[in-house]
Amino acid sequence: MGIVQIAAVIVILLLLVKPVGTYLYHVFSNEPSRTDRIFGGFERGIFKLSGLKNREGMTWKGYAISFLGTNIVLVAFSYLFLRLQGALPMNPNGTGGMEQSLTFNTVISFMTNTNLQHYSGETGLSYFSQMAVITMMMFTSAASGFSVAVAFVRGITGRDTVGNFFEDFVKSITRIFLPLALLVTLVLVALQVPQTLQPSLHVTTLEGGSQQIAIGPVASLESIKHLGTNGGGFFGANSAHPFENPSPLTNVIEILSMWTLPASLPYMYGLFAKNKRQGWMIFSAMMTLFVLLLGLNYYAETAGNPAINAMGIDASQGSMEGKEVRFGIAQSSLFTAVTTAATTGSVNNMHDTLTPLGSITPLSLMMLNNVFGGKGVGLVNMLMYAILGVFLCGLMVGRTPEFLGRKIEAREMKLIAIAILIHPLIILAPTAAAFLTELGKGSISNPGFHGMTQVLYEFTSSAANNGSGFEGLADNTTFWNVLTGIVMLLGRYVSIIAMLAVAGSMIRKKPVPETIGTFRTDNGLFTGILIGTVLIIGALTFLPVVVLGPVAEYLTLR
Amino acid sequence: MSTIPKKKLLTGPILQSAVKDSFMKLNPVTLMKNPVMFVVEIGTIVVLMMVLAPGYFHTEDSIGFNITVFLILLVTVLFANFAEALAEGRGKAQADTLKKTKQDISANKLVGGAVKIVSSSDLRKGDIVVISQGELIPGDGEVIEGLASVDESAITGESAPVIKEAGGDFNSVTGGTRVVSDQIKVRITSDPGESFLDRMISLVEGAKRQKTPNEIALNTLLISLTIIFLIVVVTLRPIAAYLNVDLEIPVLIALLVCLIPTTIGGLLSAIGIAGMDRVTQFNVLAMSGKAVEAAGDINTMILDKTGTITFGNRMASEFVPVGNENEAELAGWAAVSSLKDETPEGRSVIELIKKQGHPYQAVLAEEAEIIEFRAETRMSGLDLKDGRKVRKGAVDSMKRWVSSQGGQIPDNLDKRSNEIAGKGGTPLAVAVDDRIFGLIYLKDTVKPGMKERFDELRKMGIKTIMCTGDNPLTAATIAAEAGVDGFIAESTPENKIEVIRREQQEGKLVAMTGDGTNDAPALAQADVGLAMNSGTSAAKEAANMVDLDSDPSKIIEVVAIGKQLLMTRGALTTFSIANDIAKYFAIIPAMFTLAIPEMEVLNVMGLGSPSSAIISALIFNAIIIPLLIPLAMRGVSYKPMSSVKLLRRNIFIYGFGGVLVPFLGIKLIDMLVSIWI
Repeated sequence: MGIVQIAAVIVILLLLVKPVGTYLYHVFSNEPSRTDRIFGGFERGIFKLSGLKNREGMTWKGYAISFLGTNIVLVAFSYLFLRLQGALPMNPNGTGGMEQSLTFNTVISFMTNTNLQHYSGETGLSYFSQMAVITMMMFTSAASGFSVAVAFVRGITGRDTVGNFFEDFVKSITRIFLPLALLVTLVLVALQVPQTLQPSLHVTTLEGGSQQIAIGPVASLESIKHLGTNGGGFFGANSAHPFENPSPLTNVIEILSMWTLPASLPYMYGLFAKNKRQGWMIFSAMMTLFVLLLGLNYYAETAGNPAINAMGIDASQGSMEGKEVRFGIAQSSLFTAVTTAATTGSVNNMHDTLTPLGSITPLSLMMLNNVFGGKGVGLVNMLMYAILGVFLCGLMVGRTPEFLGRKIEAREMKLIAIAILIHPLIILAPTAAAFLTELGKGSISNPGFHGMTQVLYEFTSSAANNGSGFEGLADNTTFWNVLTGIVMLLGRYVSIIAMLAVAGSMIRKKPVPETIGTFRTDNGLFTGILIGTVLIIGALTFLPVVVLGPVAEYLTLR
Repeated sequence: MSTIPKKKLLTGPILQSAVKDSFMKLNPVTLMKNPVMFVVEIGTIVVLMMVLAPGYFHTEDSIGFNITVFLILLVTVLFANFAEALAEGRGKAQADTLKKTKQDISANKLVGGAVKIVSSSDLRKGDIVVISQGELIPGDGEVIEGLASVDESAITGESAPVIKEAGGDFNSVTGGTRVVSDQIKVRITSDPGESFLDRMISLVEGAKRQKTPNEIALNTLLISLTIIFLIVVVTLRPIAAYLNVDLEIPVLIALLVCLIPTTIGGLLSAIGIAGMDRVTQFNVLAMSGKAVEAAGDINTMILDKTGTITFGNRMASEFVPVGNENEAELAGWAAVSSLKDETPEGRSVIELIKKQGHPYQAVLAEEAEIIEFRAETRMSGLDLKDGRKVRKGAVDSMKRWVSSQGGQIPDNLDKRSNEIAGKGGTPLAVAVDDRIFGLIYLKDTVKPGMKERFDELRKMGIKTIMCTGDNPLTAATIAAEAGVDGFIAESTPENKIEVIRREQQEGKLVAMTGDGTNDAPALAQADVGLAMNSGTSAAKEAANMVDLDSDPSKIIEVVAIGKQLLMTRGALTTFSIANDIAKYFAIIPAMFTLAIPEMEVLNVMGLGSPSSAIISALIFNAIIIPLLIPLAMRGVSYKPMSSVKLLRRNIFIYGFGGVLVPFLGIKLIDMLVSIWI
């Protein structure tokens, strides 16, 4: 039955890809469309207020600066709000200001769409902070990422310019995230997710003890948390908490909320490229990798823990440790794969208690960071691998490599080199650094191979801007806050700027007309090349550490 | 590609000097230019230090292993150096032959009317020299007076002398070639050190070889892969140390060297040099590797009709009688008129008659008076002893000639001659005194095999455009016959530039050939301009390739060579990177098995022991370089076909091959190595 559940969700996703992708195209193609009638007036108001009457196309540098500038301003405000939340309104629980390094980490974490949480929402944030910082950043970071992806697509498909950042940013929010968030919030509320500004409930238990039950504006945060592939939960337990994710139905809604937009982006790219097959090929490569890794996790979790099985304990349910009974293996496994593929980082089960082989799935998906990926970054990364694949194999048709009719030359390769270098660097270097210091080693709760995986997971999650925690790591210390903060920053901005520069460089090139001698990127052979490139260049890099972590744990457990 | 002369890949002296050079190239300063191999060399030095000072590094226990690793690493670098040296060596050998041509020549310099003997190295641009029969031409120049046949075999390898004369498109001479008849006056056009020969020497020597744009891009990728694996290996030690897995430095270096793209890193420059060399072997001189690379990317090829697509001289292909005359009689008189005609047209008439088996009276030509072709009369023929006058010539001239003698013009003469002109041919009328017998259909003949070649080009996605001075009708006929994709009739050199610009505007890369001075701007505008060595120096200057055989149809092969060069580079890159999978599977379990015995399960290849696994992977990594040298030098085999088929084939061979071959190779080597370990 588990496989049927998973297949059903994938089928719904497949049905959604085309309409949603087409809608995204209409939003960002900047051609007049029917949606203008609904959103046009509202947007014009915003543009008027912000003095953006002529939204002219930008150079890639202008776009990158606008993107960075907007993010810096938002970071500055958020930092102040968190530090001063004790004195700010809407603080019924009297939460105090946040500690310095934790604030640094939290602000970066939310601005970079990572949502790594070293705090616990129930006790660490006021309602004002939840809304003005956390929820606000969930919208703006997602919109920032989306805008960058659209700009990149415009660049490589040869539009006139990469577009106007502010226009894309506003439209992402007004036409995509706000309406969808509203819709999903209402559905979640209908399905019993709390949405209130009341303080925590004080109840007396049957034993006569006193208990505080945290509530709040959960549904609204829950919807954008997934739609924006943010992942930061209202509660520390994230989507495993019954108020965030009460039933299998809300679970499926949350899965689709985080999955549909990233999965529709390749289709939108196909429309921009005026060749839908281009989009489908990218989608197929993503889906193939996804299904392979999901299969590994599902298999491993269903098989259960060999050590426990050996003790004669009934293993027919699979490895249920750390999983919610209302979701079971299938819905937990799918959630784990989607949340790491789409770099959301919300969790509905404890990743720390995944079986060793099962934990390879979330790790690998974040290491690849291009299987769907969050809010645009996944598509950009996958297209980067496509360019890389074209560069490596394109020569074999006897022409210098071209992607979508544009030559790939030294400048593009230099920029792509930066992007492919930074990811392993910011995962492996801090992981090694953590093991060299007592500050790092001291936080590991479970020494040995598993402890190594905990550390690796923490940095992989930060670098991929995923934000899910393997947990089990005492990570709210200055060491972890600062180091993961830096990793998140580099993981987000270095590759985005490099890829925007690639777009800027490609857009200037005169397209070469396609002939029968041109390397085709819209057939199955190319999907194969793309998967091969991702596996050999993207995945082999991490093979040694994965072997030392989860694989060694699995082998020694048998 | 069969037309490329197969020269032996290796000869004794080249091999010897390549071996010597591979040691010379160990110098880290020169090796820096190849960052991948530079990293290997650093690794070699580190392991060497551990071998030399085991006490300091506490590596006494593993000294045997370390010595082995050191030797294999050293050999890896040497192999890569050898590949490059070998490729360079072939060029050097050729340059040496050329240098012999470039000896100091004494020149007869004209100074104020008197001849002064000076050394060729004292000649400057603008000097005027006189060269007589048997003398060497002292420098590049233009003939300003006289006509001479010149033996250019020193440069072209072609032994038949060529005619050089003042004015026109055949006035350029090259220093170092020999005048075999007559005397010419030459104005020198290059200063010492800048002559064609000098450039040619430095080109084939590869001394000034610059990396091509695609090589630079590929190098960037190889460097970043190297850095990535450096990160992997450097971080692995502390991570493993936390798990009490102690990784020895030489083992880590072995892992690093196996993972970084040493195969393509070692062969990359050899592939480039060999590609240039293949062009040179083909007697085409490419001014830069960039031009050869661009040749592979060509989308449109502009070809002159005459000399490239057709033979240029028109040949008799049919006899067309007019009025009441019959074909046999027409053929007979056509033969008589041509018996003493030594022009290609005249000879072709005789050939056609012989082929068709018509009888003719050869005796008539004896003692007859020869009437040469003159521009005013536009006819030629014989005045026979018996007084009859036999003529053949342009139709309207012949009509006038016959009418002036009171003859009748057959009714269908104009109709037939227009038909021939309409088909792109040239009609020649044949008459005896006042009687016109009919027409000889002269046809510009398409060179055999051209149609097939254009088909091949089409399969590669290359469009061909024919340029001709002919009228549109004639041009269309030849174009259809040759199977080109487009043509420009009544074209001028300006037309060519227009077409090139138009195509380039659409993002296409254009190749063209030319030899005249008025072709020079178009040659410069084209992405690949192939000038004929027989052409003017302006044309040669403007082009980025010069064909020493002056055969314009060679541009097609040049494109094929360019494509082959790019394919070779792509194939070996793919192969090299695909190799990593097997190397990982060999080394990773080996590294960890000592500390984590359960890792033995990952030893899917069943390699003998951890040390034999590492050494086998390293040996494979080293030995694959020399094994691939022949492929790098020769280029991967290439048949024109669509990109989809080409890619499928190459991915299968070099992609899947690249994954599988090392599994087999490492396993085999391990079986041998295990005998000793």
